[in-house]
Parts: sequence; structure tokens; C-alpha cells
Amino acid sequence: MNDQPTIRVRDLKKSFGDKVVLDGANLDVWPGESLVVIGQSGVGKSVLIKCIIGILTPDEGTIEIDGELITAPGFRSMDLIRRKFGMLFQYAALFDSLKVWENVGFALIQHTHMNTGQIREVAEEKLRMVGLPGTLDLMPSELSGGMRKRVGLARAIAMEPAIMLYDEPTTGLDPIRADSINDLIIQLREELSVASITITHDMISAYKIADRITMLYKGKLIATGTPDEIRSSDNSYVQQFIHGRAEGPIRDE
Amino acid sequence: MRGITSLNWIGTGVMSYLDEAGTGLLLFIKILRGLFKRPFPLRLTIEQMEEVGVRSLPVVAITAIFTGAVLALQTYSGFKRFGAEGMVGTVVALSMTRELGPVLASIMVAGRVGSSMAAELGTMKVTEQIDALISMATDPVHYLVLPRFIAAFIMLPFLVVFADLLGIIGGYIVAVNILGASSTTYINRTLQYLEFADVSVGIVKAAVFGMIIALVGCHMGFDTEGGAEGVGRATTRAVVAASILILIFNYFLTALLFE
Repeated sequence: MNDQPTIRVRDLKKSFGDKVVLDGANLDVWPGESLVVIGQSGVGKSVLIKCIIGILTPDEGTIEIDGELITAPGFRSMDLIRRKFGMLFQYAALFDSLKVWENVGFALIQHTHMNTGQIREVAEEKLRMVGLPGTLDLMPSELSGGMRKRVGLARAIAMEPAIMLYDEPTTGLDPIRADSINDLIIQLREELSVASITITHDMISAYKIADRITMLYKGKLIATGTPDEIRSSDNSYVQQFIHGRAEGPIRDE
Repeated sequence: MRGITSLNWIGTGVMSYLDEAGTGLLLFIKILRGLFKRPFPLRLTIEQMEEVGVRSLPVVAITAIFTGAVLALQTYSGFKRFGAEGMVGTVVALSMTRELGPVLASIMVAGRVGSSMAAELGTMKVTEQIDALISMATDPVHYLVLPRFIAAFIMLPFLVVFADLLGIIGGYIVAVNILGASSTTYINRTLQYLEFADVSVGIVKAAVFGMIIALVGCHMGFDTEGGAEGVGRATTRAVVAASILILIFNYFLTALLFE
């Protein structure tokens, strides 16, 4: 049972024009595991998770979700696979023409036969989980950046997904809010055994929420290990990144 | 060497137009397929019909009234030279229904609605809202494009009939109330020479122009890249491309439908 990873990525390649973003990325996420992908801004961390949920189509390589090969030619049940996922976007990506409850309940409105009252109830419950009770009827434009992000998180967990993808969940939040998001991610993993991939360059968050950390550099995942293994890694790229040094083998290009 | 460079330049230009036409056509096919997918986004379609149709009424009304008015003014003074002032009503009615009603109303709607479609979808694209739709297993073409496409397809014909009528009224006001032509002659000559086909072909044209406006606006929106600047560029391109396509299609539809 446990020998099948929830997400398996092999030799994933993706380029935009001449720019090679992913150049043979490999990773496994096991059931209930929290994997954190670290790396500099703009190295293609978002591209990696957008390939996994099928927003982008990889040029080469394979992706399996619960053993289903979603990169197979002519694969047709992608929308069923997507319902296993919840995704938190970097800037929340709330629908700004819809109220908060319509955002949080969006997938429920689209894919279930629940009535408005039931959907508002679920939305309120999820909003309470992220610390925003009583905001159902606000518009996204009335929220601060941090609040938008938490509404985005409430929306991502509305369908009780088995897999979560977090794109920079703590970026742009004050340290206290950031830590409460970290706690929420841990809570989801512990209570609902949600498997997750988190993209971040916030090392405090990474150490706190990760079962394993992997570093993306030049299109490849160059080092993977537990937080302790990463901390004591002898890879000089990893050391430079986790300590945030300007000097080292990684240079701005 | 310079010859090759300019050839290269022309080649790239042609390729990018073909590429654009290809993706536009693909979007069209996806929309047609979306027609048969359930649930049909009825509420969004009605909202868009209000946006495309009802909110365009003032712009289309002003355009049509003044176009009819200037037509009457021009033909009256011109036709007076050979004593044919009586034909002003005919000229206004035929010009409005066959050409100016469909083309001018559609170009005004392209400017008002096509641009806002490109801007709205473009903003959704650059703020990852389109990605968010996909992540929640919702097809952006079905959810966003289909309602706009159907709304434009249905509402443009109504707008064009409305424009035809107001153009004729504008012409009447100028010819009869300002220039002193006979009211009965104006009305008689209008009804005498106006055929059903003049109006119906205009309606067919309008439906086609409606599809062009929505298709181009949505395509440019989906194609947006690079923040606020990209949204601005998409908006401009949507208006220019839709207007040019309307004029080109107008010629061929006229050639085809009026024998």
C-alpha cells in the first residue's frame, strides 16, 4: 500500500521559448507527507506545481497522481484528478467579481448540488479555520493582502482535498500571520493526512512544516532530505541558499 | 543581406498572423464543444447579455442617429442638384440597413465590449485567476468565454435593428424638420424601396460580427502576458483586430449574401 507515492514526477522538462525552466526534475511525495521545494525566485518552482495540477503541460517526462499517469497521451480524466487537489496561489488569485463566500464555495457551486445555505455554511466553517469568521459577504477588494491569502487558503480546502499545493503560502504576511499559516498547514496534514507540496523561500516556514525539503536549481532538484539533513548538507549550493549568502556558487544571471 | 532580413521580417509577420488565426480558430472549436457541455452557464450568459446589449444602447443610439442625420444632410444637398430630394428617405434607409447599421454598431460595440472582455480576461490571466479556475476543475472557456460569445451572438442583431431604426429616424428629423422635405414622401419612399432582405442580411452580418468581437476579445485576454502593460496591449489589440476583421468580413458577407 505504502509503496505507491501520491505524486511521482520523473524527468520532467519544460521550456518557454529558449528558456529552459525544468530540465529533468524528479520527485516523490508519499501519502500524508509534506514536501517543501526551496529555490530562488524565478527558477521555476511554480512551473513545477502547475505541471502537476495540469495548468501547464510539460514538454517531456511523466507525472503520476495516485498511480495514474496524467501525462499519458489522450489522458481524459484530468478534471477528476484535479478534484483531489487544493491549490493556494501566491497572490491568492481570488475572483474579484465574486464575494468571499462565492470564492470559498466556488468548487462546491460548480461541482456539487448543495444549495446556497449549505455552501455558505461550509464557507463560514473554512473561513473560521483560517481565522476570518464573518467575512462571507465582503468583496475581495475590501480585504488586505494577508486576508486575501487566507481566503485563498479557505477556498483551497473547501472541497477537502487529499493533496495540497501551496505556492509561497507565507510570502507577504507578517511573521505572526505567517506562523499561523504554518500551523494551519501542519494541522491539515495531521488531522486529514493531506499530502502537500509547498513552494517557498522562507526557510523558517520550510523547517517548520517540512517532512522533507528539496532544492530546485537550474531545472533539477539537486538535494533532498529531512530538514536536519538539509541543514547539515555538504552541498555548497544548498548551504548558500539556506543561509542566504550573496557570495557562493549561485550567482545572479 | 538586407533583402534576406526584410524577407525574414515579412515571414515572421505572416507566421505570427497565421499563428494568431490558428489559436483563434481553436478557441472557436472549443466554444462550439462547450455548447454541449452541462451545466450551461445560464446566469453568466444573462449577465453578459445585459452588459453587451443593454449597456451598449446609448452608444449605439447616438452613433446611429447622427449617422442617419448626416446621410440625410449630404444626400439632400447633393440630390437637390438634379431634383431628386424625394429619394433621401430611400438612400438613408438602404445605407443604414445594408451597411452602416451593422458595421458602425458592431465597431462601436467592439470598442466598448471587446476591449472590456480583453481587459477583464487579461487581468484574470495575469493575476492567476484563470489558473485558479483550472485548478478547481472548471474549464475557463466554458465558464468565461461561452457566456460572452453567446451574449454577443444574440445581442448584436438586436442592436443592429435598433441602430437601423434610429438611423432612419435621425435622417427623418434632418430631412423633414430641418431641411423641410415632405414627411409623406420620406416615409413612402423609405417603405417603397426597402426590402426585407436589406434588413435580414444586416441581421446575419450582425450575428457574425458579434462572434468576431467576443472571440477576438476573449482570445486577446487569454493571450495576455506581463502585468498591467500586457493588459493594456491586449485591450488595444482586441479593438483593432476586431474592427479590421469586421470590415473584411463585411465585404465578403455582402458579396456572398446580396448575390
